[in-house]
Formats: sequence, structure tokens, C-alpha cells
Amino acid sequence: MQFFKLVARNALRHKLRTGLTVLGLVIAVLSFGLLQTVVGAWYAGANAAAPDRLVTRNAISLVFPMPLHYREKIRAVPGVKRVGAANWFGGIYQDPKKFFPQFAVDAAQYFDMYPEYRFAGDEKRAFLRDRRGAVVGRKLADTYGFRVGDTLPLRGTIFPGDWSFTVRAIYDGAEARTDTSQMFFHWDYLNETMKRRVPRRADQVGVFVVQIADPARSAEISQAVDAQFRNSSAETLTETEKAFQLGFVAMTEAIVVGIRVVSFVVVFIILAVMANTMAMTSRERLAEYATLKALGFAPGYVAALVFGESLAIAAAGGLLGVACTFPVAAWFSTQTGTLFPVLEVSPTTVALQLACAIAVGVAAAVLPGRRAARVRIVEGLRALG
Amino acid sequence: MTRALIEARNIFKSYRRGGQAVPVLHDLSFDVQRGDFLGLMGPSGSGKSTLLNLLAGIDKPDAGAILVDGVDITQLSESELADWRAGAVGFVFQFYNLMPVLTAFENVELPLTLTPLSRRARREHVAAALRLVGLADRMEHYPSELSGGQQQRVAIARALVTDPKLIVADEPTGDLDRQSAAEVLALLDQLNVQFGKTIVMVTHDRRAAERAHAIKYLDKGELSEGEDLHERSLY
Repeated sequence: MQFFKLVARNALRHKLRTGLTVLGLVIAVLSFGLLQTVVGAWYAGANAAAPDRLVTRNAISLVFPMPLHYREKIRAVPGVKRVGAANWFGGIYQDPKKFFPQFAVDAAQYFDMYPEYRFAGDEKRAFLRDRRGAVVGRKLADTYGFRVGDTLPLRGTIFPGDWSFTVRAIYDGAEARTDTSQMFFHWDYLNETMKRRVPRRADQVGVFVVQIADPARSAEISQAVDAQFRNSSAETLTETEKAFQLGFVAMTEAIVVGIRVVSFVVVFIILAVMANTMAMTSRERLAEYATLKALGFAPGYVAALVFGESLAIAAAGGLLGVACTFPVAAWFSTQTGTLFPVLEVSPTTVALQLACAIAVGVAAAVLPGRRAARVRIVEGLRALG
Repeated sequence: MTRALIEARNIFKSYRRGGQAVPVLHDLSFDVQRGDFLGLMGPSGSGKSTLLNLLAGIDKPDAGAILVDGVDITQLSESELADWRAGAVGFVFQFYNLMPVLTAFENVELPLTLTPLSRRARREHVAAALRLVGLADRMEHYPSELSGGQQQRVAIARALVTDPKLIVADEPTGDLDRQSAAEVLALLDQLNVQFGKTIVMVTHDRRAAERAHAIKYLDKGELSEGEDLHERSLY
């Protein structure tokens, strides 16, 4: 008990110094947690991918479409349960800064393949009945105040002209990691409009989402799908939904790596600050450590006092930092709108934050603890006089 | 005849300064009998504190043997020495060396945490020690709330609470006013006379030295017996 009493009272001896060190730790742990959460958001799509979903796209690039008639050929491949066409719409709502993902989808098929999108009451049926209807996710609806029945105007970029939709349904996610920042509307509506406006671009599909009966056969089925279109004008590349999403992450990998590096640099900076604090503390208390050793306390006890104090400060900073991460991440999520569809502080991030705080506490005490343990009693006592 | 509590034999000690060995103690041999109150005097830099440190086991000689109660402490490892100090020696320092974050009670209790005594037994020992030094009513005070003399009395209580045979005191009155110094010396005297503690005290203070039963002078690394306090240069 005396040991813990000494540790606690030593830690609170210089309240301002300890307070500032804890504050620094809180900021570092919070920053680390936020940056890790942002990195996690980058992978949200891949993490939310289902193993029974494949994505077929033009083998050259996503930019190039595929003919609509591929849909039936893909559906005919053994092991395929459902196929749905989807196109990235890329329209502008009011202002280009108000970005959110919009997809034209084979509605009837599509939502059966995504059971994680949950609809209330008859809303889904209402959407399916209205060819100009749209579905928006809960986060998107909350961000821009969309309600069922509202008109949602978009200015086309990839598909030119003004487009108008009626919000018929708002979906929720089955899990916290489900992306609810998207908008969906009928692919048929897009195609019919394009037939009128730019006929040569009609019957063209961006990607086919393919649901398979047995996820273990995904590689085999992917090859079978692609084999159908080999040597055609639009060869395909089929991959799992997760691989497809990770392809997007890979395009921005440098940014992800940068954020990761910065998050660890923040931890390293606080380590230097904390080590300096502990070194100062240890130097000031050499006479006390020498006295304890003179009284018969072992060098290990003296080192443990330094480690205990460092860990106590680090743990306080770590716990407060973790506690602050949740509200700050929630605030950050509202401020960034739909930029990060899923900004969730994961248990892994919390564990990493605490591990970093403890590692900082231990590392900062290594040299001061060693010095305190090794101080010669005679020299330590002289440090006082 | 009873064996002396301290038997120092052919002690050599030097320090390295600027790459050169500076001899401090040169072939010292002496005994301190059980129940003695020995005053160590001498000019500054004569090696008084060095000798005291060697007797207390917080420093080691370059050569020679120091037997305390039959144990040659020069042959003990660091951890054995720590254990030995915890049970055999009580320390009184010039600047008290109390833990500022612990109360008087907790400071006195500190050495007892190294013993197998129960919490209740520890409390009784601490209370008795603080009563003995006249600070029973200041148990919950922190060192910063006590005067210099009171802090030194707490330090004396800490030194005697484990009931060691030997108490070493390095300039115990060096930082105190005359009144407080007299109280501290009276306490040391009481420990020696009433409780039979063997005390070795380094001091510059002639009044303090007068309390000792025997005086040894240390000068240029050599020890001599002292009779006339007033004929010696102490600075």
C-alpha cells in the first residue's frame, strides 16, 4: 500500500507539470485515435463487403461500361443467384461540396443482395413502385434533412442534364459499419432517360453486382464469368466485393500511409515530452531515492516507483484520451458530412490507443528508472546538500 | 570480554578526481564498543562522512574489513547490504531526508514496510517511536508543516523504529538552531543511555561533540583519539 501511496502522491506532487503532461497525452492519444479511425473509415467499404457478392467490371477500367446484355449471360453462369446492374451517377446536389455517392441500380435485385440495408414499413415497396423514386441512407438524410416525399434535384455530370427524384425510402444499416451515406435510384430510369437524351450511351452498365450461392466458389465463378466475355469488345474483370473495394483504397494508399505515419509521429512526440518530464522528476528526487536505498529498499523498488509514476500519468492520459475520442469522433463525423460514410471508433483503435499510452509510460521511464535504481547512495545524498 | 560492535581493520579509501586517485582514509583501524556514543570530528574534507558511510554500509572501502556485530559488511553484495542496513542501522542525516509526500507517521513507518510486521504492529511501533521523540500529536503532519527540529526528531524516530543496534548521524544538528539542536542531542543521548543504542555521530559542533562519550579526530586520512575539544581545528 505504501508503494501505491508513494506513486500516487509523487505523481501529484507538481500538479501543473503533471496536469500539462496528462493534457499532452490526452491530445496525443485523442489525435492517434482519430487518425486511426479515419484510416479505418477508408477501409469501411472493404470491411462491410459480403463474401457472397462479386463485382464484374470492364477489364480495362471502371470508366468503361459494359453492354447490358452481359447481365443475362452472367446470370446463366452456374452458381450465380442474382445479378444487378449499377452505375455511378456522380450528380451534384446544390453545390459540388455537398458530395454524396449516388448509384443507379437494378432495384428489385439489388436490395435483395444487400440485406444489411433495412427499410421501415412499406417504404421499399413505395420506392419500387415509383420509377423516379430514390432511396437515401439515414446518415445522408440526417445530413441534408431529406424526408420521405421530398424532391431531390441533381445536376448530372457523367449523365448530363437536370434530374429530379422523389425520396421514397430511407434505409438504416443493420450494423454500425453499414454505409448509410448513399443514394440509390432506378437504373431503368437512368437508362430510359439516356435513350432519349444520348441514345448511344443507353444500355451501358458500370458494374454488375453478382450474388453467388457458395462464397467458397467465388474464384471459380469469377473465372467462369470472365471467360464468357474473353476476346469480346468489353472483356470483364470479376472479383470479390472486398477486393473491388480494396482496389479503391489502393488508389489512395499514399494518403492512408501518410495518416498512419502522422498518427505514430504524434505518439513519438509525446513520448519525448513524457521522457523529459520523467527525467526531470527523477533528477530532482535523486536524494530521496538514495535515502530509500540507504533505509534498505532495493534498487528495483526505487525503479518501480519511477515506472509506477510514469505509468500512472500515462494511464490517466490514455484513459482520458480514449474517453474524449468518442465525442470528438462523433463531432468530426457530423462536420465532415458524408465524406466518411462510416466513422466509427473501433475496439481495435481503443486497444491501440491504450497500448500506445502504456508503451509511452514504460518507455519514458526506462532511462530515469535505470538512473534511480543505479544511483550510488553517497552521490544521491550529496545531491541534496 | 564482549566483542566490540564495530571492528574496523586497515581501512583504505580513495576517490578518483580528474583521473587521479585522491586518498581519503589511510589504514584506519579502530573499534566502537557496544553502547558507545562516538563523536567523529575533523576539518572539512578530512573524510569523516566517508568513514561514517563505510560504517553504515552505504559505501565500500578500497581495502580493509569492517565487522559490525560480527558481520563483515565489506563482503556483502549490494542486495545483502540493503537487507543488512534495513535491520541493523538507523540513519540520521543533516537535512533530515524525509519523504515530503508522506506524513510524519508514514515516514517513520517506511522502514517497517520492509519487515514482516503486521499493519497493526507497525502502527504500534510508529506511535511508540513518535511518542518517544515527543511528536505524538504531529503524526499526520507533512514535513513541510514541521519545523527543522521537529523534522529531525521525525528522522530520529524513523532511525530507531526498527530497533537497530547502530545509529549513524551525519551532522544531525548542522541545519538547526541552538534550541532545536539541544533537543535533538538530548534525544540521541536518551537513545544511547536509556536504550543502549550505539551511536556514531559526525559533527563540527563542539556542543554536540560534548554529548559523545568518546571523540575521534580525523585529519589527512588518519585517526587520533581526542581529549581536548578546544585545541583542535575543526574547519
